[in-house]
Amino acid sequence: MPRKQQDYDDIPGTFVFDAERSRQGYGINMFCMSLMKDENRKAFRANEAQYLKRFPLTPEQAEAILKRDYNRMLELGGNIYYTAKLGATDGHSFQHLAAVMTGMSQEDYAAMMLAGGRKVDGNRSKTEKPKGKKRG
Amino acid sequence: MARIIGGATTSHVPAIGAAIDLKKTDQPYWQRVFSGFDKSKDWIAKAKPDVVIGIYNDHASAFSVELVPTFALGCAAEFPPADEGWGPRPVPVVKGHPELAAHIAQSVILDEFDLTVVNKMEVDHGLTVPLNLLFGSPKEWPCPVIPLAVNVVLYPPPTGNRCFQFGRALRKAIRSYPEDLRVLVLGTGGMSHQISGPRAGLINSRFDKAFLDNLSRDPKKLTRISHLEYMREAGAEGIELVMWLIMRGALDDKVDEVYRFYTVPASNTAVGHIILANRSSK
Repeated sequence: MPRKQQDYDDIPGTFVFDAERSRQGYGINMFCMSLMKDENRKAFRANEAQYLKRFPLTPEQAEAILKRDYNRMLELGGNIYYTAKLGATDGHSFQHLAAVMTGMSQEDYAAMMLAGGRKVDGNRSKTEKPKGKKRG
Repeated sequence: MARIIGGATTSHVPAIGAAIDLKKTDQPYWQRVFSGFDKSKDWIAKAKPDVVIGIYNDHASAFSVELVPTFALGCAAEFPPADEGWGPRPVPVVKGHPELAAHIAQSVILDEFDLTVVNKMEVDHGLTVPLNLLFGSPKEWPCPVIPLAVNVVLYPPPTGNRCFQFGRALRKAIRSYPEDLRVLVLGTGGMSHQISGPRAGLINSRFDKAFLDNLSRDPKKLTRISHLEYMREAGAEGIELVMWLIMRGALDDKVDEVYRFYTVPASNTAVGHIILANRSSK
């Protein structure tokens, strides 16, 4: 069944972790949660694809994890507080992950934050965004 | 009888905790953030609350997607700091107030708020960072803290209005507790921020400043903000601000604004802080 459209799906560059995504992404989030234990981090690093078989994941979800496609993980039901645990396992800071999700370098992202962050004008609604402008 | 002396709100950015734990608070970037809390530390040292109600959200530490309570009240005697992947933060164990917590649970449930009672729970940066901002880094927290964990991670969180009404029920519960206790209500989270997806990094200072103004003077206005508006205007994770309305609902209608502070950024987030004092507590 295709995802039911929600009012918040109109917010650009945003995957709201709602009840439907929570159901869909249970395996992704429980996999990420398992990385809180060192023995699991070691097992994951030793053979990532093999380790993922312990969790109920669709092929698309497993692929997103293996490729570290953080936006795709969110789209398929991952939640940022969980996927951040995967980032931490890879030794990345939160700001690094944020930069990756926005498609910016970490330096550019940090500079944007110091300059006051991403502006809300032009980022409220998908329909508000000028055509041809890069997403995000 | 117990009475509420006032309330405070602060952001609970994990990087603030890391800056404290790694002793980076003297760096200019972090001085800008921490210096904003110097006056707050003085105020709370003079106000000397006997108990703090700490309203916060868990970040996949005590609760996972296996179990997501909307309002969960910590009724235990103590709450150890959670291991969030880098070992537990080197902060004191949070000591609860089981008697007052049990009284609150019973009162608000009969007031039609279907609270989850928690008798074993670890607490993460969502609670311990605000305690650091108000109390510094003492060997023991100066008073008991009752944690109230609110779901703001799985959409939908409780509405702003529901949170405000919950604050009202909390106020009624505290006021009916027979022991003479001075209670401070602490709301955490926010302000504007988005840490997920291609729109990460969103900050809306205009929204935040209006929110602080209304929190002080016209909180009913804030109870009408929809979830869609929070996420559009203040970022997907800015929706945490509903927790501030629990704090405000627990206070008097008219309060004195003691202090406020606002700065951008701490890591990915706008940091906002306000202290409101109940006139009735003077």
